[in-house]
Amino acid sequence: MSGIEILAQLNAIFIDTIDNDAVVLKKETTANDIEEWDSLTHIQLVVAIEKHFKIRFTSKEIQSWENVGEMVDSILSKVSG
Amino acid sequence: MKDFGQLVKNLKKDFSNLKIIKIAILGDTSTQFLTKAIRGLGYDHGFNLEILEADFNQIERQVYDPASALYQFLPDIVIVFHSSHKLLSKYNKTKPSDQPLLASKELESLENIYLTITHNLNSKLIFYNYSEIDDGVFGNHANKTESSFLFQLRKLNFELMAMASKRPNLYLCDLSTIQNQVGKPRFFQPSVYINTEMVLSIEVLPRIASKTIDLIRSLNGKIKKCVIIDLDNTTWGGIIGDDGIENIQVGSLGIGKAFSEFQYWIKKLKDRGIIIAVCSKNADEVAKAPFEKHPDMVLKLEDISIFIANWENKADNIRQIQKVLNIGFDSMVFLDDNPFERNMVREHLPQVCVPELPEDPAEYLEYLYGLNLFETISYSAEDRDRTKHYQVEAQRVITRQKFTDEADYLKSLKMHSLVEPFNKFNTPRVAQLSQRSNQFNLRTVRYTETDVENIGRNTNYFTFSFTLEDRFGDHGLISVVILKVESADVLFIDTWLMSCRVLKRGMEDFVLNTLVDFGKKNGFACLKGEYIPTARNEMVREHYGNLGFEKQDGYWILCLESYMYKHHFIELNKHYHVRN
Repeated sequence: MSGIEILAQLNAIFIDTIDNDAVVLKKETTANDIEEWDSLTHIQLVVAIEKHFKIRFTSKEIQSWENVGEMVDSILSKVSG
Repeated sequence: MKDFGQLVKNLKKDFSNLKIIKIAILGDTSTQFLTKAIRGLGYDHGFNLEILEADFNQIERQVYDPASALYQFLPDIVIVFHSSHKLLSKYNKTKPSDQPLLASKELESLENIYLTITHNLNSKLIFYNYSEIDDGVFGNHANKTESSFLFQLRKLNFELMAMASKRPNLYLCDLSTIQNQVGKPRFFQPSVYINTEMVLSIEVLPRIASKTIDLIRSLNGKIKKCVIIDLDNTTWGGIIGDDGIENIQVGSLGIGKAFSEFQYWIKKLKDRGIIIAVCSKNADEVAKAPFEKHPDMVLKLEDISIFIANWENKADNIRQIQKVLNIGFDSMVFLDDNPFERNMVREHLPQVCVPELPEDPAEYLEYLYGLNLFETISYSAEDRDRTKHYQVEAQRVITRQKFTDEADYLKSLKMHSLVEPFNKFNTPRVAQLSQRSNQFNLRTVRYTETDVENIGRNTNYFTFSFTLEDRFGDHGLISVVILKVESADVLFIDTWLMSCRVLKRGMEDFVLNTLVDFGKKNGFACLKGEYIPTARNEMVREHYGNLGFEKQDGYWILCLESYMYKHHFIELNKHYHVRN
């Protein structure tokens, strides 16, 4: 799976989880860019991503991402690994 | 069950017409998601749950400060959630000599919370109990070491039950059971806990919300009062009418064990005050025989308040039961292995709770345990005497009354039948029906697969197989007729049998029309039938007479020329050809 494919799937997860069709993710997107993306929603997103890609993040990873691009890298390292 | 995301979406819906219940949730860990899940699920149950959520770790402040938000809010229900993780932190900080006292101290503080709240508010209290954590410090030896954490946690859970049994306004919501059902890895997600102070995984939240709402519902009088059970393949294995009392499965052997355990469960429900009703497609005396004579039956007739066994549709029968009991449809549970009956009841009586029983009877109980159908907030000795009362009531009230117009009902089923001669695809099923059908079977002549193949090839015979499909599902091949050429004029009905599942559908009329049609087209003058009585085929004794055959020398004769075609609601799927 490529980073672009993962980004697209991630976008769908975001739309479903925060219930907002207008979300368009880019690699540079951060929590500041999306109003609904607070610390609780973040956990919901993490769990939804884990379920979708059948992976598990460490508790450190969950706190480490600076932007969506880093989330994608994290997923990529787990699904291709 | 809806997942957490779906429950959260409920929060955007319109709650304005729903019943308002005020709930305060006090937790020692983060309860924001739990609150959303409970409010979201409340919507699906018709509740507008107004929830006061205290900041976490403020249980004591809220309870002991008379000016706190809790006392201003005036909740109907207060939920107190002390987590096992915080209990473990307390234990970790306790010096070893005091560890054996942890449960008693904790219980004392819980009792104080209860007393303070109930003294100041007119509220009910729900305490969550403790999901188990074994810290592994003592291994199995924890079970015989009073100072181990596991010992103290289990003791606390037990003492909580003892306390709740004495405190009328205290109810326990059993988190520990939920963890047992789903397993700890699904109940608790360490990475989420480390990042958020939430001890419940997102996956398990809907179950916990559901168990909480079950309590809230019963506190508001919404409880299940009656369970209606089917018999064949629900209460015992096999079909009593076809298999006979000696061949049904119940008892300690093989799959019989699953049915026995199911019966014990029903019996326990009866003992705790749930009304047991039977609704079965069977002849009454046939259905009752196992209760009276089978040595392994756990349930007896005296356990059943209302016993309905007939060939009418089950929605009508359940209406009858409702009328006798005079309780709401929403307080009834209907258990039936047959998806057709379940769908039919769901459609006609949407308020009745109809669990989707698993296909394998071995799984019935675990599935039913998980549903928590019989939540209650009280239990007393009078509950046990209820059965007798309704038995008397049932005898008094039952007058056969039709609720559904038969023709409208049959029309609404949109039935189709495929009529074919025997072929290599239907031969196994034809042979199976020939071996197994006992009740609707005019001559009970048994044919094996080889016999069926031979008859199919023999030009002296004409063979018919009938399927039935309706909008609730496909019943498959349900009727078989074999005609034998007796003379140039006469077709002898060697075999006519049908599955009892499709009685009262007009199938007999449809079959006879088909036979007459066939006979006329092929130049025959009459059909000749015979009834050979057996121990089990009483129901078709008058079959030919009812259809207009005339009795002659021990046989039944129908003249094709003067036959009046019968009216029915079954559509023919494909025109019949003698040979494929």
